[in-house]
Amino acid sequence: MLRKLFSFNGGVKPDPNKSASTREPIARLPLPPQLVIPLHQNIGGTPRPLVRVGERVRHGQRIGAADGNVSSAVHAPASGIVMAVEPRLMPHASGLSAMAVVIEPDGQDEHVEREPFDWKAASADEVRDYLRDAGVVGLGGAVFPSHLKLSPGRAMATHTLVINGAECEPFITCDDMLMRSEAHDILHGAQIMKRLLGARQVLVGIEDNKPEAAAAMRAAAAALGDPSIEIVVVPTRYPAGGAKQLIRVLTGIEVPHGSRSTDYGVQCFNVATALAVLNALERGEPLVRRIVTVAGNVERPRNFDVAIGTPIGFVFQHAGLKPDTDKLIMGGPMMGIPLPDMDAPVVKATNCLLASSPALFPPPQPELPCIRCGECARACPADLQPFELYWHSRARNFGRAQEYHLFDCIECGCCAYVCPSHIPLVDYYRYAKSEIWARERDKDAADSARERFEFRNWRAEREREEKAAKLAARSAAAARPAAAATGAEADDPKKALIEAALARARAQKDAAAARATDELAPAGGQQAGTGGLQQAQAGGELVQAAPSDKQVE
Amino acid sequence: MYNSPYLRKNASVRRVMSTVLVAMLPAIALQCWLFGSALLVHIALASVTALLCEAAMLALRHRPVAPALGDMSALVTAWLIAVCLPPLLPWWATVIGTAFALVIGKHLYGGLGQNPFNPAMLAYALLIVCFPALMAQWPGLGVGDFASQMDWVFGGARAVDAMTGATPLDALRTGLMTGQHADAVLHTTPFGHVAGAGWEWVSLAWALGGLLLLALRVITWHVPVAFIVAVALVATIASAIDPARFAGPDFHLLAGGTLMGAFFIATDPVSGATTPRGKLIFAAGIALIAWCIRAFGAYPDGIAFAVLLMNICVPMIDMKTQPPVFGHKNGGAS
Ligand code: SF4
Ligand code: SF4
Repeated sequence: MLRKLFSFNGGVKPDPNKSASTREPIARLPLPPQLVIPLHQNIGGTPRPLVRVGERVRHGQRIGAADGNVSSAVHAPASGIVMAVEPRLMPHASGLSAMAVVIEPDGQDEHVEREPFDWKAASADEVRDYLRDAGVVGLGGAVFPSHLKLSPGRAMATHTLVINGAECEPFITCDDMLMRSEAHDILHGAQIMKRLLGARQVLVGIEDNKPEAAAAMRAAAAALGDPSIEIVVVPTRYPAGGAKQLIRVLTGIEVPHGSRSTDYGVQCFNVATALAVLNALERGEPLVRRIVTVAGNVERPRNFDVAIGTPIGFVFQHAGLKPDTDKLIMGGPMMGIPLPDMDAPVVKATNCLLASSPALFPPPQPELPCIRCGECARACPADLQPFELYWHSRARNFGRAQEYHLFDCIECGCCAYVCPSHIPLVDYYRYAKSEIWARERDKDAADSARERFEFRNWRAEREREEKAAKLAARSAAAARPAAAATGAEADDPKKALIEAALARARAQKDAAAARATDELAPAGGQQAGTGGLQQAQAGGELVQAAPSDKQVE
Repeated sequence: MYNSPYLRKNASVRRVMSTVLVAMLPAIALQCWLFGSALLVHIALASVTALLCEAAMLALRHRPVAPALGDMSALVTAWLIAVCLPPLLPWWATVIGTAFALVIGKHLYGGLGQNPFNPAMLAYALLIVCFPALMAQWPGLGVGDFASQMDWVFGGARAVDAMTGATPLDALRTGLMTGQHADAVLHTTPFGHVAGAGWEWVSLAWALGGLLLLALRVITWHVPVAFIVAVALVATIASAIDPARFAGPDFHLLAGGTLMGAFFIATDPVSGATTPRGKLIFAAGIALIAWCIRAFGAYPDGIAFAVLLMNICVPMIDMKTQPPVFGHKNGGAS
């Protein structure tokens, strides 16, 4: 079957460099002496630790519970003793630490009871809770909790499930190798997802530089005999594996920044995520391992099946890190992040560990001024004008950068890849985005501070007025007999003042009444209703104001 | 530590600029053959002046000199100036023009990438405004050997008319001013098959170089296509309305700097429009203004002034022609 493919603008064609790590099948990496399992491995809330130091845990036991619905649980990948629950270095460019559970495996690999879950009988909410508690997140690198993406569309029915096997980044081959060996299970997982989404068709997108994977998937689809599954080979062009780009290529739909693909009837998952869903729902296995490509400046580039929490140094040991390695990267060479240290653990987002050497990825040449050649704009898959973003980000003109759609930038790196002036363009966008976020945080903080300040002022003012009124009332009461005693002359000026005040108040009331009548007059028969509503609103405000004002006696 | 992407394409400003220089070679060679090798002397003069000015300005601005000199952008400006100048121009005029382009046109605006005006066209405009007589010193086809041309360039000999022949655009202007029919003028001596003996071939050589730039993706099709179409269109319409006053499209396309402008001048990325639609507007604008100057103005060729005028409009053109962003194409919220 020949499907009409669409294309996205821009994109680049770097050397894929995928052959070295696909020569050998996936190898299961032994357990390291210590596993460091970060609690926060997903987009959303940080899971709460469920274990204490010294406690024995079993393989598959939940050690961190999802914090709210936008979160995902974490599990022990092996049985052993909890040695620590403390902040550890994270695989993150910032070199920050975060809470992690440190487990020393005992080598017995004793499992918790694996109970297959009868997801067909369960309600949609129960299935979602189950997946959340099985720690299933997007394994393409975004680690968005999968259960949140598995509801039928709200705005419109989800008609298409896209399974992303494009894997467009150079060097990375974990999805390729997974498709070659687990094609059947991946498609079975996709069938489950299709059913949960209520989708009609499943489109599996695979770049044409992975013929073996495509053949394996085709064979599996034929074996399943499911006509709704279609394996689609797409042209190799980075970033064809970006969710939005792949959706565009397969369906022609462009999902704008800030909207969900389900608003357009499409949902997209990575192939490894489909397998994780199957493992969780059909086999009761939580997500505790993943396939990691180890490539670049290593002796034995290969894909490894790695327990989450394995220190990166341990993984590189098995692949044989070459001595002239100058940097370690998590992810691919286009979007990967530099790793701070060998001790940082493999997490659910780790699709690739790339060793860099000066020969492999030479340090960038000196940055020259932008010559406005427009190469970057021709390469940008988001149809942006990267050099305009660059000018404005560099000038700290963040408002203008946002007008040029800074936040539509997916940081794919195509622009910097082609720039003849060797400008690290993406660094400028990351900088601009973080500045804008920081400013928004500051502004939010300032706003709430101002609100607090204004409320305090208002309350103080009100207290003062009340005290003044009470004081006035008291002194008036005290003055009355005295005034009577001192006689008419002394009373006169005061009386005059009071008279004048009363007259002013009457005049005001009249004026207000006149205004009100003016306003209501054209509304005709509705005036009673409108007035009633306004009163009700005013009443509501009063009611709302009352509880917050605890000083009211 | 630097961040992703770690992979970079093997591209550089130096490579881009070198390609432009190579693409200029066919036209330069042909021009030398037809009008004498004095052009090479002007290219050398302009190159040396440009590099010296660039180095001096970078030093004055406390910028690293070596990488900027190596980017070859000053050479491109120098060569573009030199090929526009008549080969019999005194040497100091070339130096003044080039220095003006580099110092005022480029570095006072902030150097590479910052100049709003095309520096080569600034130099040309300066020279034609200040020294209109000298700028008309084009040798007649095949007139004068190299030694006598050098006398012109470095010596003081000023018996201009002995060697120079009017350029086709000049001849047309003069002819029309004396009340001749355009067609009649076009069939007199300085004209070859279409647009002046020799000139049409130089123009075609520029087009050849331009096609090379297109093939190597140094430029996109937008500017040359819009430029050529606009010139052809306006010339066709005008000559259909009044053939006695206006030359036809074949003449306008092949005479003067039309094809050079279309492929090498209006395509300057720094001072030109950057968006696809903006490039079309920018190039068509230059073509129309240039035609107007040729037809009604006081200068023989109007490409330089047209380019400078459209340079002023670039920020507005770019702003108004931003292409739709991914996902916002069907009038969706942006
Ligand atoms: S590719 Fe580089 S030099 Fe060219 S316009 Fe973009 S940022 Fe400027
Ligand atoms: S990093 Fe951003 S601006 Fe650059 S090509 Fe990718 S999406 Fe476009």
